[in-house]
Amino acid sequence: MIRFDNIGWQAGAFALKNISFTVPDGQYGVLMGRTGGGKTSLLEIICGLRRPTTGSIWLGDRQVTDLAPGERGLGYVPQDGALFPTMTVREHLGFALRVRRRPASEIARRVEELAGPLGIAALLDRRPPGLSGGERQRVALGRALAARPQVLLLDEPLSALDDDTREPLADLLHRVQRETAVTVLHVTHQRSEAARLADVLFRLDAGQVVESHLNEHLYV
Amino acid sequence: MSRRAFDPFWLVLGIVTGTYLLFWIGLLGAAAVHSSPYDLWHALQTREIRFAIGLSLITCTLTAGLSLFLAVPVGYLLARGRFPGRAWLDAALDIPIVLPPMVVGLCLLIFFQTVVGHLIECVVPFTYTVAGVVLAQFVIGAAFAVRTMRGTFEHLSERPENVALTLGCTRTRAAWLVTLPAARRGMFAAASIAWARSLGEFGPILVFAGATRMKTEVLPTSVWLELSVGNLEAAIAVSLLMVALAIVVLASVRLMGERV
Repeated sequence: MIRFDNIGWQAGAFALKNISFTVPDGQYGVLMGRTGGGKTSLLEIICGLRRPTTGSIWLGDRQVTDLAPGERGLGYVPQDGALFPTMTVREHLGFALRVRRRPASEIARRVEELAGPLGIAALLDRRPPGLSGGERQRVALGRALAARPQVLLLDEPLSALDDDTREPLADLLHRVQRETAVTVLHVTHQRSEAARLADVLFRLDAGQVVESHLNEHLYV
Repeated sequence: MSRRAFDPFWLVLGIVTGTYLLFWIGLLGAAAVHSSPYDLWHALQTREIRFAIGLSLITCTLTAGLSLFLAVPVGYLLARGRFPGRAWLDAALDIPIVLPPMVVGLCLLIFFQTVVGHLIECVVPFTYTVAGVVLAQFVIGAAFAVRTMRGTFEHLSERPENVALTLGCTRTRAAWLVTLPAARRGMFAAASIAWARSLGEFGPILVFAGATRMKTEVLPTSVWLELSVGNLEAAIAVSLLMVALAIVVLASVRLMGERV
């Protein structure tokens, strides 16, 4: 479960006020809204990369508002993947376990487990400059899933991809969520993505979040 | 396909650039042909100049290392830190770049006459010593290294580091595992620039560390000492050596930069 409880955040003239909504356990939540409307800021607040001025964040039964980003038990896929420029794909997939000082054999096993289903087994020794947009997003997804997080946050993961790449990656996101039962919050401004993936849909408008439905007016 | 029309704008820019380049080539060429290769080789064989070469290489390398040690954290702070007075700190760190070099040497000399300076010299003597040569080089070389590292960190996205935080890293570990490896070419450039700047440093060294033969004599000091006794061949030989070293450093930085 991801729960925003009366979250407020301000940067200059821009403000998010009294944000309260819940993505239930094991559900695929999609948050829609205009570009520049604060969707990424909300994800960064969940991650602990921005500090809210009011309210609290709950992940499962834990209140995580004051926890460091690494203690929150989440996986984060930023918009451009934000891969580590000097690491191989293998090192990306093993990164979260390496940070947790897990044995090399466990890391190697987990890398193999992730690489196959994500379709990046042939790329394990490549580095980010040699990867396509879709491959980068698959690597970023694998890196985020490696430590088996309870919660997965996706920041417009499909927006920079062409049609041929977007469809298989959307299938992959859906499959991964169903197989791992991870609770997902996916932000996008694309109605088609929401229609395809959302179990529960929210709309961010004028600094407020409301639960929505696909047959309501949404931003295209 | 039609040919692009001739644009005098680019011609003027080309002439200005070419003139400037020719001016520099003329200067270096004049120095190079002024003396015979034998004279140059003979000058480089003298005991004093060999000492100066050795001392320059050692002190510049030490200075480059120390400058990098300072420049990485300071450059990171300037690039990523958000705190009151950041703009003032940024400007203050440029002071060694804009101060006349002699003034830097004078400031060092005066500082080590204060109580604090005397206390420091009880542990490590700086005034008129090799340590003073390194310190005089460091004061200016580090400022250039800080500029370079700040630029490097500003060009590296903060987002991978933020992702590393969400994956369990502390801020220090994220910087160590993700940002520093990505900044390694910038670190090489910063150290090289500090090294090259230190090689040419003269004013602060003359004032603070002196120009004592076989003690605090580095290559620029040799040029000055040889000129002062009228030994032009030796002064030219040392100058050409410094030019060659500077070209090697510049070429290395360019080659590394192109691989980024």
